[in-house]
Amino acid sequence: MGPLVPDIISSELNYIIALIVGIGFGFALEQAGFASTKKLVGLFYGYDFTVLRVFFTAGITAMVGVVVLNHLGLLDISIIYINPTFLWSALIGGGIMGFGFIIGGFCPGTSACAAATGRVDGMAFLLGSVIGIFAFAEGYPLWKDIYTAENWGPVLMYDQLGMSREGFGLVMILIAAGAFVATTMIENKINGKETKWFKPVIIKNSILVATPLLIVLIVIITPTKREVMDKRIDEKIAAGECNPKIMEGDKLAYELMNQYYKYNVIDVRSPEEFQKFHIPTAINIPLEEMHKSGSLGTIIQNIKTNVFYGADSMQSQRACMVSKYFGKSDNFALELTAEEFNKQYFLITDIDPHGTKQEVDIQNFRIEAGKKMKEIGEAVANMDKPVMKKATRVSGGCS
Amino acid sequence: MITEKPKKYMNPYLAGFFLGFVLLLTIYVTGRGLGASGAFKSIVIQSVETIAPTHAENTVYYADYQKSHPEGAMKSWLVFEVLGVIIGAFLSGVASNRVSLKLEKGPGVKNSTRIIGAIVGGALFGFGSQLGRGCTSGSALSGMAVMSFGGIITMLAIFGVAYMVAYFFKNLWIKKQ
Repeated sequence: MGPLVPDIISSELNYIIALIVGIGFGFALEQAGFASTKKLVGLFYGYDFTVLRVFFTAGITAMVGVVVLNHLGLLDISIIYINPTFLWSALIGGGIMGFGFIIGGFCPGTSACAAATGRVDGMAFLLGSVIGIFAFAEGYPLWKDIYTAENWGPVLMYDQLGMSREGFGLVMILIAAGAFVATTMIENKINGKETKWFKPVIIKNSILVATPLLIVLIVIITPTKREVMDKRIDEKIAAGECNPKIMEGDKLAYELMNQYYKYNVIDVRSPEEFQKFHIPTAINIPLEEMHKSGSLGTIIQNIKTNVFYGADSMQSQRACMVSKYFGKSDNFALELTAEEFNKQYFLITDIDPHGTKQEVDIQNFRIEAGKKMKEIGEAVANMDKPVMKKATRVSGGCS
Repeated sequence: MITEKPKKYMNPYLAGFFLGFVLLLTIYVTGRGLGASGAFKSIVIQSVETIAPTHAENTVYYADYQKSHPEGAMKSWLVFEVLGVIIGAFLSGVASNRVSLKLEKGPGVKNSTRIIGAIVGGALFGFGSQLGRGCTSGSALSGMAVMSFGGIITMLAIFGVAYMVAYFFKNLWIKKQ
């Protein structure tokens, strides 16, 4: 599952990738004509809207691609870099860049392309950029307040508008298509050409616009892998086919005391609940995250026996079903909930003196087991647990 | 010597699709978008640290940057990416016969005016890109791809203001009427 950095591709190799995608980026910009200042500025005087066409097409292509990859479960959107929103600095910074665009005729990326193809004005713009950045760094205390004000974090456009990701994608495609038509008409008018719409052109362009629209619509209609999985499991539970192997508390306690290394005890509650109490040697994989590839690697294996437990028996049995859904492993659901396990082995103090011999024996065993499990838990706390990869958001942007 | 004529530019929609594909690939592989201004920032910071190390240590901005980038300013993803951009643009220019030393400017504009304009505009853009945390590539384009609110409003601000002030700078770009 993407992004491939840093788990599949190392950070060092990432620099080589940067160079390669940079070459693609530069090639595309130059081919589009972005190394020419006249072509860029044409956007603002209406004689050449190439920039808008390239820019919007690129944005829509990538946007639709992200929507599709997310839908197929190939890209984890929750960890890709989202430019954070600092309201005032975004607006004021953007405004200053707008001035820079009109006066200088480039933006930083395009000026690099212009300089690379021998444009002296591009080189001058680059020099200017460096001066501007230097001025920002030197005077930083003066605009620090504005720079850091109204920090909203990585907010998303469609959340702000109260829409779904896919719905907003559709709107953007329609806006882009409308802009393409309108700017063609404006461009022709300013260049003194007549706008003619030939039938083949209309058909061709309609197909081009319909393709991304259709793709996003298919994404909206078809369920994700996760939804398919949930549905199948729900159906099985409804049909009474949910009968995972159940492991008793005493059995688990005994096994942990004697051969804990043969068991994968998995706590499917939230990390907060896990933090408060968990069975020694247990690892935490919340139920909602079980289907992610990082977690599946731990669960789907044939060396250890999985024992799932949660806040109630529904949770542990469902976890068992999820594991069964993805692969063949030896799965058990713990008979006890986390709370019950805690009570039964760690919170008992007094032995009921009036109990039968058998009852007293069990009580003694449980107290003993509690102590032993604690010891084992402490001993293996730092060595034997699989390292759970905590996926953190990728850092990016221009800072 | 026979010099071939520069070839025509690529169809803008095709170029856009290609660019979008590169951006998507970047997001899929690295989890982040493309950028440009960040590389220039690295150059500025590295230069200051080399030329005036004591100044860099005593100035908040550089000191903060050093703390958050212990590997050094130049060992940054964007530096390598922009290096690629320069190579890619050059290769594309060579392939299409568009590499030549020249100064592009609006009709009737003096060379010195164009150069000063480019430097001033560059300085504004450089400054704005730092305040806005990214330029047209890193903030506007990449932000649009991942539907970031900050990226999209920065994009609207860049193009909105450019349109608003375009009239006042028209002598730099189009013929006087």
